Amino acid sequence: MTSSVTIIATGSANTASVIAAFDRLSVSTRTAKTPTDVRNADRVVLPGVGAFGPAMRRIDEQGMRDALVERITDDRPTLAICLGLQLLADGSEESPGTAGLGVVDGTVTRLPEDLVVPHLGWNEVTPVSDDGLLAPGWAYFANSYRLPSIPEGWSGAWTDYGSGFVSALERGNVLACQFHPELSGEWGARLLARWLECTGRAS
Amino acid sequence: MLAPRLIPCLDVDGGRVVKGIRFRDLRDAGDPAAQARRYEEQGADEIVILDVSATPEGRGNAVATTRHVRSVLSIPLTVGGGVRTVEDAHSLLEAGADKVAVNTAAVERPALIREIAARFGSQCTVLAVDAAARDGEPWEVVVNGGRVRTGIDAITWISTAASLGAGEILLTSWDRDGTHAGYDTDLLSAAAGAVSVPVIASGGAANARHLADAIEAGASAVLVASILHDAVATVASLKHELRSIGIGVRP
Repeated sequence: MTSSVTIIATGSANTASVIAAFDRLSVSTRTAKTPTDVRNADRVVLPGVGAFGPAMRRIDEQGMRDALVERITDDRPTLAICLGLQLLADGSEESPGTAGLGVVDGTVTRLPEDLVVPHLGWNEVTPVSDDGLLAPGWAYFANSYRLPSIPEGWSGAWTDYGSGFVSALERGNVLACQFHPELSGEWGARLLARWLECTGRAS
Repeated sequence: MLAPRLIPCLDVDGGRVVKGIRFRDLRDAGDPAAQARRYEEQGADEIVILDVSATPEGRGNAVATTRHVRSVLSIPLTVGGGVRTVEDAHSLLEAGADKVAVNTAAVERPALIREIAARFGSQCTVLAVDAAARDGEPWEVVVNGGRVRTGIDAITWISTAASLGAGEILLTSWDRDGTHAGYDTDLLSAAAGAVSVPVIASGGAANARHLADAIEAGASAVLVASILHDAVATVASLKHELRSIGIGVRP
């Protein structure tokens, strides 16, 4: 298992829980300072809480957009969490006019108004396939927006809240979770461990 | 579907749990990390830590306590008590809290809610409200640990706080707290009907039926303290009973 993961700072994101979760798996973490760090890292985590627009601006200010797109396109081990999943899409209703990373076809939309929002708490994750990293189980969510469909070329998982939404995406060594694996107990820790064990071309 | 949450609450003073918890096999019953971890193992969905320190020195320990608990806890952690500024919130979030709860300081200066939500997001901004019944009038907000009755309408305050950016409401019935008479379901219904954000029920739980009543009244989560600490029930036993009466909690 790899000994270190590199975390992208997306501004408001609170990364203490992510760092603690990797710490419990005996994996050290560091923060990416330059686009080169993003390109060279064996494993990258794109976390994120807060809003789509400010997070993308922070990525652009650090010049990391292209490095992130490249490593995801090249199937280098990358984990996106919560807002991180949404940043992979073309854009979001939360911040119209702000371009996402665009590695996932689709636009992120707000959860229906008639529901309690944010979607906050534990909900069931149902993978579409049983030969990837994702396993069925309960995960902790805190989201007001969601990706409505799994784009072509990706596998993933569904979760039901009013209607179904995309709770995870995966393709090779790239895993994106709308939920927080670092806050999803033993189930989440096992998912992080499986992602760490996946061998990318980089390592 | 989204499961109603069961959330143990620990009161901490100077880094130590205030109310004794009767776990015979816990090496250190005053250690908040050991207790939080124990509740996670029993199936708790989140943990709330309220710093009830009376002195500034005691409150200074809240950050260290948060870091300590975070290191062993793999479920969400909310920390509240004495949060007066955005910087207070920042320190707790950096130490590993996933959400911070504001109470008295937000009543005194409601813009605090907007400031914390704008900087860190609504999803980590919790408004804690202590509400007390009044004769013939709706509930009023009480602050400073119940010593001060404000005359502010509690439901109006909750609505205002949600519009300012509070992403969750932790609502304690001052009349029911410590009585074991059950949650104030009228208060919970009124609050859940007034805002679209989740409401956490607090104050008065003695058994699983009380928890079910709160959830049926519209609460998204239930806070439980003394019956767990006094070993009257465990998280696992409460969840088992909730499932048997048709409440779909997380296994």
